[in-house]
Amino acid sequence: MNRIRRNLFGLAAALLVGLPGAHAEDRFITVASTTSTEQSGLFTHLLPIYVQKTGVQIRVVALGTGQALDTARRGDADVVFVHDKNAEEKFIGEGYGVERKEVMYNDFVLIGPKDDPAKAAGKDILDGLRKVELAKAPFVSRGDKSGTHAAELRYWKAAAVDLERAKGPWYKETGSGMGPALNTASSMNAYILADRGTWLNFKNRGDLKVLVEGDTRLFNQYGVILVNPAKHPHVKKELGQQFIDWLVSDEGQKAIAEYKIGGEQLFFPNAKKP
Amino acid sequence: MSTLSEGFSTAFGLMAGFDARLLGIVGLSLRVSLTAVFFGSLIGLPLGASVAVGRFAGRAPVTVLLNAFIGLPAVVVGLLVYLLLSRAGPLGEFGLLFTPAAMVVAQTVLITPLIAAFTRQIVADAWREYREQLKSLGASAGRAAFTLLVDTRFSLVTVVLAAFGRAIAEVGAVMIVGGNIDGVTRVMTTTIALETSKGDLPLALALGIILVGIVIIVNAAAHATRQLAQRRYG
Amino acid sequence: MADHANGMFPLALREVGFSAAGLSIVRKLHLTLDAERRTVMLGPNGAGKSVTLRLMHGLLKATAGEITWGGQRIHPAAQAMVFQRPVLLRRSARANIEYALDLAGVAQAERTARAAAALDRVGLGHVAQRPARVLSGGEQQRVALARAWALAPRILFLDEPTTSLDPAASREVERIIAEIAAGGTKIVMITHHLGQARRLADDIVFMHDGCITEHTPADQFFRQPQSPEGDAFLKGELP
Repeated sequence: MNRIRRNLFGLAAALLVGLPGAHAEDRFITVASTTSTEQSGLFTHLLPIYVQKTGVQIRVVALGTGQALDTARRGDADVVFVHDKNAEEKFIGEGYGVERKEVMYNDFVLIGPKDDPAKAAGKDILDGLRKVELAKAPFVSRGDKSGTHAAELRYWKAAAVDLERAKGPWYKETGSGMGPALNTASSMNAYILADRGTWLNFKNRGDLKVLVEGDTRLFNQYGVILVNPAKHPHVKKELGQQFIDWLVSDEGQKAIAEYKIGGEQLFFPNAKKP
Repeated sequence: MSTLSEGFSTAFGLMAGFDARLLGIVGLSLRVSLTAVFFGSLIGLPLGASVAVGRFAGRAPVTVLLNAFIGLPAVVVGLLVYLLLSRAGPLGEFGLLFTPAAMVVAQTVLITPLIAAFTRQIVADAWREYREQLKSLGASAGRAAFTLLVDTRFSLVTVVLAAFGRAIAEVGAVMIVGGNIDGVTRVMTTTIALETSKGDLPLALALGIILVGIVIIVNAAAHATRQLAQRRYG
Repeated sequence: MADHANGMFPLALREVGFSAAGLSIVRKLHLTLDAERRTVMLGPNGAGKSVTLRLMHGLLKATAGEITWGGQRIHPAAQAMVFQRPVLLRRSARANIEYALDLAGVAQAERTARAAAALDRVGLGHVAQRPARVLSGGEQQRVALARAWALAPRILFLDEPTTSLDPAASREVERIIAEIAAGGTKIVMITHHLGQARRLADDIVFMHDGCITEHTPADQFFRQPQSPEGDAFLKGELP
């Protein structure tokens, strides 16, 4: 019996020591961000550059914008990096964030079947959506309170489509992230509003392609906010601020601009000069 | 069809190349789930044995609860543990959310009822056979429970393995409490979910194949050990 | 312990009854057993022999009457029981005996030697290290006897210890029981085997339908039973 006991304790010790995070490693911050930044591969490009420069590890939890802000409200992140200006300003208004800094933008695109049965292709997003609704062509919505979802709802409203009335079997709310929603759209050959970054990094495209792009209304601004240490004292203020400062610095902005897929730039830095 | 075959060739390519990132992910999966199984067993085995052997008020409801909790949905466990470990939650001050430790906690909560419930069943069956003999020898309830655990060890191996299978294959809880952070809390199942999100179905499938492969290998090894031990100890 | 054990006898049952779920299994049992004789319990199936044995050993608690040891309402530890089917743990034969000694409070240093000696006495010294559960049925029952013997009980209860064994193994078990008795241990045994009862018994407790109908010296019982039930049983008229 003693032998068994010894083995068990040895095993426990080995398992615990082997786990990263079990021992104190404070040189990291937690960033609540969006699925679009993660799934587009931006962080995979950006973070190694930052880690090499500072030695500070950035732990990214990728969620929808709404969920990312809620995570920060609960104090479970040091920095939020999201794309829904209204929601971000509300977050700061409630006192959870210190200051919003604009970092970059990318753009949304309307994706749809190559043969475009609704004839939605063009330069005008509002016109495109109206035609989708008119044809009752299948449309996949994120339906998850993400930044992309919020943008989609804004466009419907601007296009004077009353979703509450127009909703029907053609309009499918998946309640999922950008990638899963794209998978759904791909399998149903449906229209969908997506951010360009996730789309470019998305492999399972099926018969889908970009139908509407380049409309200035499709620009999608990303902001970064330090979670307010006055609300959550454990927030790593210095390390968080250091990351934010780097993102908006010339060096960080250049690194963002350099991220390309197939020669195409995904994010366009537009931080204001201090 | 092409996705399937691509998945298999990607899987073999990754495994043959000992891809470092893949090894890291597989290693973290194993460490987290094995640790959870260790703590789950540390709680579940004695708990199941005491419920089987003990005569106390509330034994019936405890049994029903344990059996019911076998099928505890992983996302519900994830959510509960998230609320517990969140900075705004009662255990927030330890800062465990989005760490492997949080995933261990969630998986431990997930599998402890499973281990306890099946242990209770196995020990109760053995207790029917052993009860008079152990009482005749003067064993206390606690001692009897421990003796039965030792004596049913080969059957309990299967229980612990089922728990390991559930832990390592589970995605709902670890996604919520781990956050799927690259290099920190990204395990096999959350990677599969992520790669599926990115539409990289062959890679997701490849990881799935590796995951299933690991579960099969672990179970085969345990099955063989059990057969051997049973032949040896009867 | 030894002083205490000396005062164990007689073992007396007075007005003892046991019922479960409203059903009376045994009732109004009167019995006095002293330290010397080898007592065999006989009776048809369902007569209540096993329950009575368990009441005496303390595995069951009487629901009526009282059981006393040496005139006192105590439950002495210096007793052991061997069951029809030996229950051995999944460990070596010797470890099984060491386990029982551990429970009896025997110091660790002593256990191994005592267990080995007990196995030698039942002729199983050569399988001491073998897993108990892979031994033959007869060997397993002998390990169970060795385990009981190692505890040096003042009284040994046996519930049909040879029923599941072949004739050769049964005889070996009988020999061991006789030897244990010769060492000064009181034997109380249930059997269905009349030849075995004749060979081993000094006195017979006959039970029928939850009652003790007679308690008679063995030679007398087999010559001329005192109760009509005992008589019918010997003539093979009871099931």
